[in-house]
Amino acid sequence: MTLAPVFLGSLGRRRAATLFSFVAIVLGVALGMAVQAVHQAALSEFARGLRFMAGEADLQVVGPRGGFADGVYAMLAARPEVAAASPVIEIEARVDGHPDSLKVLGIDVFALAQVEPQLMPMAVPATDRLAPLREDAIFLSAAAQTAFAVKAGDRFAVQMGNQVVPLRVAGDLPGAADDRSLAVMDIAAVQKYFASAGRISRIDLRLAEGLTVEAARVALQNLVPSGVLIEAPAAAEDQAANLSRAYRVNLTMLAAMALLTGGFLVFSAQALSVVRRRSEFAFLRAIGLARRRLFTWLIAEGALVGLAGGLTGAVLGHGLAWLMLALLGGDLGAGYFSGLKPQLEFQPETTAIYVLLGVLAGAAGAWLPAHEAATVAPAQALKAGDSGVLAGQLAGRGRPWRGVALLLVALAACALPPLNGLPVGGYLAVALLLAGSVLLLPAAASRLAALLPRRGPVPARLAAARLGAAPGHAVIAAAGVLTSVALAAAMAIMVSSFRESVDEWLQQILLPADLYLRVATPQSSGYLDAELQARIAAVPGVGSVRFTRHESLRLAAGQAPVALIARPVSADAHELPLTASVQRTAGATAIWISEAMRDLYGWRPGQLVDIPLAGHMARVQVAGIWRDYARQTGAVLIDLGDYRRLTGDRLANEAAITLAPGTRVRELADALTATAAAGALQVAYPAQIRARTLRIFDRTFAVTYLLEAVAVIIGLAGVAASFAALAAARRREFGMLRHLGLTRRQIGWMLAQEGALAAGVGVLGGLLAGAAISLVLIEVVNRQSFHWSMGLHLPMASLVLFALGMTALAALAAVLAGRQAMRQDAVLAVREDW
Amino acid sequence: MRRRAFCFALAALATFGDAAAVEFARVRRGLKLRFPFDHGAHPDYRNEWWYATGWLDLADSQRIGFQSTFFRVRTGIGEKNASAFAPRQLILAHAAIADPRVGALRVDQRAARVGFGRAGYASGRTNVWIGDWHLDQRDDRYRVDVRADKFAYALTLVPDGPPLLNGLAGFSAKAADAVHASYYYSRPQLKVSGSVTLASRTQAASGLAWLDHEWSSAPLPEAAQGWDWIGINLDDGGALMAFRLRRADGTALWSAATWREAAGKVRILSPNDVVFEPGRQWRSPRTGIAFPVEWDIRVGTRSVHLQPLIDDQELDSRHTTGSVYWEGAVTVSEDRREIGRGYLEMTGYGERIGFG
Repeated sequence: MTLAPVFLGSLGRRRAATLFSFVAIVLGVALGMAVQAVHQAALSEFARGLRFMAGEADLQVVGPRGGFADGVYAMLAARPEVAAASPVIEIEARVDGHPDSLKVLGIDVFALAQVEPQLMPMAVPATDRLAPLREDAIFLSAAAQTAFAVKAGDRFAVQMGNQVVPLRVAGDLPGAADDRSLAVMDIAAVQKYFASAGRISRIDLRLAEGLTVEAARVALQNLVPSGVLIEAPAAAEDQAANLSRAYRVNLTMLAAMALLTGGFLVFSAQALSVVRRRSEFAFLRAIGLARRRLFTWLIAEGALVGLAGGLTGAVLGHGLAWLMLALLGGDLGAGYFSGLKPQLEFQPETTAIYVLLGVLAGAAGAWLPAHEAATVAPAQALKAGDSGVLAGQLAGRGRPWRGVALLLVALAACALPPLNGLPVGGYLAVALLLAGSVLLLPAAASRLAALLPRRGPVPARLAAARLGAAPGHAVIAAAGVLTSVALAAAMAIMVSSFRESVDEWLQQILLPADLYLRVATPQSSGYLDAELQARIAAVPGVGSVRFTRHESLRLAAGQAPVALIARPVSADAHELPLTASVQRTAGATAIWISEAMRDLYGWRPGQLVDIPLAGHMARVQVAGIWRDYARQTGAVLIDLGDYRRLTGDRLANEAAITLAPGTRVRELADALTATAAAGALQVAYPAQIRARTLRIFDRTFAVTYLLEAVAVIIGLAGVAASFAALAAARRREFGMLRHLGLTRRQIGWMLAQEGALAAGVGVLGGLLAGAAISLVLIEVVNRQSFHWSMGLHLPMASLVLFALGMTALAALAAVLAGRQAMRQDAVLAVREDW
Repeated sequence: MRRRAFCFALAALATFGDAAAVEFARVRRGLKLRFPFDHGAHPDYRNEWWYATGWLDLADSQRIGFQSTFFRVRTGIGEKNASAFAPRQLILAHAAIADPRVGALRVDQRAARVGFGRAGYASGRTNVWIGDWHLDQRDDRYRVDVRADKFAYALTLVPDGPPLLNGLAGFSAKAADAVHASYYYSRPQLKVSGSVTLASRTQAASGLAWLDHEWSSAPLPEAAQGWDWIGINLDDGGALMAFRLRRADGTALWSAATWREAAGKVRILSPNDVVFEPGRQWRSPRTGIAFPVEWDIRVGTRSVHLQPLIDDQELDSRHTTGSVYWEGAVTVSEDRREIGRGYLEMTGYGERIGFG
């Protein structure tokens, strides 16, 4: 321990470099920690919600969005496998005079006790034992009573379809958690008021003793109509986790890259510090310090920075997570868990892992320099200040063929299929691309230096010569820049491509119209029935009206429901954002599937498939594939006429309306909303929908912008740290140059150019690597995680601005770093080692 | 009326709600009961119950008591609702076994709305069910099927003669005001054969049972706190039914009895001729309620003493019908000589029945 001041104390003596390494690790750990903590909080809240809803159910019977016939309940409840069956209708109801909707569960109070006791309503006052059966009785959880400012006994008007039903708050739900806003009503009352007589959304089953869940599931699945699935309650949990996992992994990978950069900064700082302390180490070795102990101490230096960074990062990460939860919500604005209020929980294991990652980044960064310092023979090191060994080695390690090999492997990794739904190959490719680019950097730097003109002022020639002669140093300075620029550029290109593609898609996917009309609650409680559709079409000023019906399909147990969109489609579907299409067979009913359907269900254009419509299998042909950014779990589009013919369902959820000539939009909007009860219908305009979608998009990617900013900061920190260390190591050189007659100003100018050149090489390399990585992100990572394709759009202006800014800032950092080294007297600096 | 009680509980409350919108059939004096039609359900009335109780001798020579009760309640709710879930009629059921080896009742209870075949009743004959619990009458034999978590039984009950009409040819008054009345008949001396499953062991069982069928739309008299009821199969082939409605202070509000002698002669006794004298008390360790588990009952000129098979025959039905009552097997003696066995029911010893 007596050596602690010698080694660990050295960190304090080069404060700037240590600080930058520390900050980089802090940022990497904090970001990773925050993304992880936020996601964990959201997922566990989501799972808690599912478990709460499922109660003690062993299996759940689920169907499409519109529910299924309640005869299924009668049939299943009578089965010997079933000990108890509880039918549920789930709706989102609009509360009169309130902006929020309320989740209302229609339940059979007699079945609840055995399957979902947590939903048991309690009448207040308790004397009315029939209260849970009364048609006007609604039971609100404590949270819902607070949210809607009502208490037991109050009137409570709920909008159902396009009429208002006067209800009475008959009591509460003592089993519901405090933060859960929901209401319970008798199932018969819900069927009556929602005109969904004969339909239920779900049946929760408890199985008879001694049956395995899977065997019972298979047996019962054979009995229910097409499109109705029986699954374990945990399935939905998995679906949610799968759905958001890709998003989370994307963010975590970016954080991991920040951490990687942090490790790289530790490396560059340690490498240069080791060079400077060569004689110090040689002396220590000479007086008996074992090679091994020297090595261990040097690793400890890096590990200490990593530990400090890891601990600080973990604390900061939790703070950041708290902030993200408060500002963006549990899905970081991505919309996977809307309506949840996740609580941040401290997870000791996860936190420990992230702190350990920080330590590993620090130790790994210190590894090579420590190895190098411990290998050199003391006598040789004591003799002369040859600082070029390590740098030379680095240049050696950067032999271009290794870099090329890595890039080739990266290319191959892109072809890997997703592993367990995760684009592992894509991530591997990104890491290999980064590593390969770094290894190619020295060669690129020499080439670039050779291209530079051998004329001009002395400082410029010196800077160019240095770049050409000592690419090892260039590697150290430029690699950090390359890494951060590559990450930032890749993200920028990907996000910009995505945003442009979404914008284009929006214009194609929306039915061309002047305005859209839809039911105020998006869920099953609201629709336009045939009569209302006729009234809408008859409003004066309506030029043409086209209706859209939103339903869902259950295609496979354990898979999330697939959206079914029925709307008018032209014969060749040219108005859709198609990516593939085929000539369909005469007489076949066409559907167009989203890219996710192709990936998840393996459907191909031209293929004949069976889809469950209205409880029966209908044979349809896949006529094409369209791009869909809205539904990651898949969507099927069908012509409205075909849908109505196959299902007999005449309802609609939306209407796209064009104006008759000479009509004012606002007036028509008012006339349209007046066709139903006040507040029941909403008007939206195309521009408004586009703006809102893009706003949601930007919110979703707010976190990635944050990551980009972090990448830039880390890159700059890298330049500053490298030059600080380099400048310190080059005091003798500066002294020599002063002797030769260069002014301080000229040396500063030289340093600025060196910085700009090194950073320029890094920025150029970073832009190239970034473009390659963005291609991997777009073509591999996004396709495999989200099942959608997008066009490439380069945000040229911002990239150029970014590159120039980065280079200029690097030059400035180099000058600032060099200034300290030049403060010393020139003569002393030269004499130091003589 | 009596035990069936709980239904009154539900029904009494229904009067405050939409019940006003529903016309329940009224119990009228002078209406002649017709069989087999009146064995079936009377869904126009608010409440109805079929109540089977009895003593069984098991193959292992253990003697136990059993109870199975099916309630039908017309709620007055959802009469115009087209939904198949509309809770117009409910079925509630209690089943219990009194086993001296256990020292307390084994109980199970169910409740469901009528519909989807999950629960229901038939007209024209006794046939009422909830899930796989059935009470089914065919060729004037009753079949009871109960499958609970801790016990099960499948019994056939064979009557020895025509229904025993209580009160005025089946019109059973519950108070001086004839508004409070029900239609009520009993099937005493039912010969039981079948099987009982206890602790996963199924064995043959035989014995004697008693079945009551009662229906009404009338609420309990305002002054009634609860009631005490007995249904006894006498060893000589006779049968005794007696009940009283009790005020909060323990005094009788109304009482009545039906005594069928061995020869078949039936005596209907008026309130003055029926006196219930409570004896030894037992306090429930679960609810803290004290029940008089021994009684001296004077019916006309005869006096009988009631002794429970076990003290703890308390049944907590707060989950279904909403009350705590005591329903248990008792032996009956006269001058210290056992003359019969049957069931005793006591309600309203905790909270007032029907308003708890």
